[in-house]
Amino acid sequence: MSKSFGAVRALDGVSLRIAPGAFHAILGENGAGKSTLVKCIMGHHRPDSGHLVIDGMRHDIRNPRQAHRLGLGLVYQHFTLVPNMTAAENLVLGQDPLPAVIDWDEARERAEAFQRGMPFRIELDAIVTGLAAGEKQKLEILKQLYLDRRVLMLDEPTSVLTPAEADQILGMLRDIAADGRLSVILITHKLREVLAFAGNVSILRGGRLVGEAKVAEIDEGELTRLMFGQKAVPSAAMRRASKVQPVRLEIRNLTARNDKELIACDRISLAVRGGEILGIAGVAGNGQRELVEVLAAQREPEAGDIRVAGARYRRSRQEMRRYGVFLLTEEPLHNGCVRALSIIDNLAIRNFDSRDHTALGCFLRRKALRAQAIALIERFGIRAPSPDARLDTLSGGNVQRAVLARELSGRVSVLIAQNPCVGLDFAATSEIRARLLAARNGGAAILLFSEDLDELIELADRILVMFEGRIVYETGRDGADRHEIGRHMASRQSWRRES
Amino acid sequence: MTAASELGAWGVLIAVIGGALRVSTPYLFVSLGETLTEKSGRVNLGLEGTLMMGAMSGYGVSLASGSAWFGVFVAGLVGAAFGLLHAALCSLPRVNDIAVGIALFIFGTGLAIYLGKPLIEPVAPSLPAIPLGFWSDVPALRSALEINALLILGIALAPLLHWGLANTRWGLILRTVGDSADAARALGFSVNGVRTAATGLGGFLAGIGGAFLSLFYPGTWNEGLSSGQGLMAVTLVIFARWEPINCIYAALLFGGASALGPALQAAGVTGNYYLYGAAPYILTLLLLIRSSSTRHRLRGAPSELTISK
Ligand SMILES: Nc1ncnc2c1ncn2[C@@H]1O[C@H](COP(=O)(O)OP(=O)(O)OP(=O)(O)O)[C@@H](O)[C@H]1O
Ligand SMILES: [Mg+2]
Repeated sequence: MSKSFGAVRALDGVSLRIAPGAFHAILGENGAGKSTLVKCIMGHHRPDSGHLVIDGMRHDIRNPRQAHRLGLGLVYQHFTLVPNMTAAENLVLGQDPLPAVIDWDEARERAEAFQRGMPFRIELDAIVTGLAAGEKQKLEILKQLYLDRRVLMLDEPTSVLTPAEADQILGMLRDIAADGRLSVILITHKLREVLAFAGNVSILRGGRLVGEAKVAEIDEGELTRLMFGQKAVPSAAMRRASKVQPVRLEIRNLTARNDKELIACDRISLAVRGGEILGIAGVAGNGQRELVEVLAAQREPEAGDIRVAGARYRRSRQEMRRYGVFLLTEEPLHNGCVRALSIIDNLAIRNFDSRDHTALGCFLRRKALRAQAIALIERFGIRAPSPDARLDTLSGGNVQRAVLARELSGRVSVLIAQNPCVGLDFAATSEIRARLLAARNGGAAILLFSEDLDELIELADRILVMFEGRIVYETGRDGADRHEIGRHMASRQSWRRES
Repeated sequence: MTAASELGAWGVLIAVIGGALRVSTPYLFVSLGETLTEKSGRVNLGLEGTLMMGAMSGYGVSLASGSAWFGVFVAGLVGAAFGLLHAALCSLPRVNDIAVGIALFIFGTGLAIYLGKPLIEPVAPSLPAIPLGFWSDVPALRSALEINALLILGIALAPLLHWGLANTRWGLILRTVGDSADAARALGFSVNGVRTAATGLGGFLAGIGGAFLSLFYPGTWNEGLSSGQGLMAVTLVIFARWEPINCIYAALLFGGASALGPALQAAGVTGNYYLYGAAPYILTLLLLIRSSSTRHRLRGAPSELTISK
């Protein structure tokens, strides 16, 4: 199969064979063409050449419905649930043909019965927008299984799941596959998952198939070499002892409501010193998003103060620039960029109006902006067709890199980051972590929200746990005990379930 | 205090109710149509033009064929054609639905006035009224309760649409397309096809709303027949939170507000006539302010709408 987007050859003559009951992993760095491959299989993109052979029959798939009828299913990298519908409606929607009139009682009963055989369950009446990212992902997978697919493709399904949830779901898929009822194609950046669950693995690089192996016969080093070629994978970052600096970012008694007008952040107070990374742990949906939105000026707080370098911080553009406040928000494609603008423009959002980039105070100097973009693309290794390409044509990981490039290249004094490494391949992950540490070593105050406990334990100097909008636990780096942190992240939830 | 002034107060109330029942019908049809269109993720601001085209063509056909109901039907078809034109333009790359809507608003109004020139003088057969006030012998009440079958049709249509959106294949597909084009594409639905159908249907209903104007109330054809009802119906959809049943209440409220001026005048309150006449517009403004918030998006708004993105 081959597919080009303009001058970019996203897929270049890739062939795969998947046996019934196989659990096949696809690995590859950001922009390698993994998503393009599965989208071409599903008929979401028309491949330039290539076709599918199913049970010896050749098929040219033109649209996803045709693929669905052949028993193919895909869990997309970005959610494709309908946001304002209930879980039940989303489950039913995938049916083909949809009944002209839907008997909801019967449909719900069937869905409930189906859920009983699953290791997790989703409230059928919940509206999708109200679900946490992990629950949405489970619903996506549930939906595909509910529809009885023969081949299920999953594009980075575990990036929003905790390791325990990921193991649970992948384990279940492996068991179903072992019965021969289902073949699984898993795209992931986590080698651990490949080694633990997959039978075979294919490696893509630059749109080409560069390796194929049985997982039992290959080791981690070999996989890494195949994924990244000769490029060196950066090693773990260095943490330098820093001297105690004054408080740079302070939040006092901050209260904010979520979109449903319920209290999401409840009198939160915290302080980050220069040269410190303060980690915020917590299961998604406990107010982290709202807190970040308040800090990003995307949401109005109900009460409380934000102070930067001791002064009241009103989150204006001038202040952001004066104090060097930068932000890496979650879901950068929606929150941190303008998807229909070019990469050049997106990289310039922070500073297009600075003196270096304007002439006579009002005209943009496009040449300077282009030069800046080219430099950043080079420095941060963004894989892009051209600096003029629309931002939303980049692969998921490269969108993330573009935002990182913009936010980390300036004079960073305060950095607020939320799940900065989600969706990045592990070379990029360790590179980003190294950059965060470098910023800290350079004296920046960093507030790091993450659902990945390993990331927090690696990076943070102190860790707070956020639960139901409150800070419920604090620990220093040295005393950090992952079980204790985990208990505070989830304890009340499990206690509730038991009672 | 005399008996006459007391009757006057009652008279105003009765007239407002009667006005609400009459004036609300076009609001109801246009807003039901627009609800369908917006549920698919598109805004058609051109419905004011569609309304005028519906009114003009309905009147013309009724005059030519002698059948008012046939006029209503043709008005619907003309409206559907305008809706499809809107959809076709919007499916071109880099075309914005709001801009197309405004263009069609002006085009439709202008075309209706141009083609309708010869229709100002002749009198076309109009739609029959159903005398719901037969039990009363107060003439004011009797005339207030003279309603039209289209109102009943509209009120019946609302729960039908409500049910259909929740329980049928087409309803589910329509909402999917309006809520997430990505999801719709992943499921293999044709986003553009669904939007085209929804805009056409929305135009059909708006055309019928227009025919009501020229064939029942006020029941003539002239250039100033619609005074922004088509445009305000769009506001009304927001106020009704994209919910067909709410469209009934919203339409009655707007109808009542529109009837306030004439009712007061009939009761002898002549001062501030223009102020009362502005009631629906003031109401629109107040509703828009009330439903806005810096904290959250509009509840129930289809996510694909240009205005909620
Ligand atoms: N719609 C599109 N238009 C133009 N270029 C595209 C489009 N989709 C993908 N590309 C390009 O194709 C290449 C492969 O992208 P793809 O999304 O398949 O990568 P990926 O392997 O899934 O990466 P990631 O791990 O970051 O998700 C990238 O260089 C990307 O910029
Ligand atoms: Mg991808």
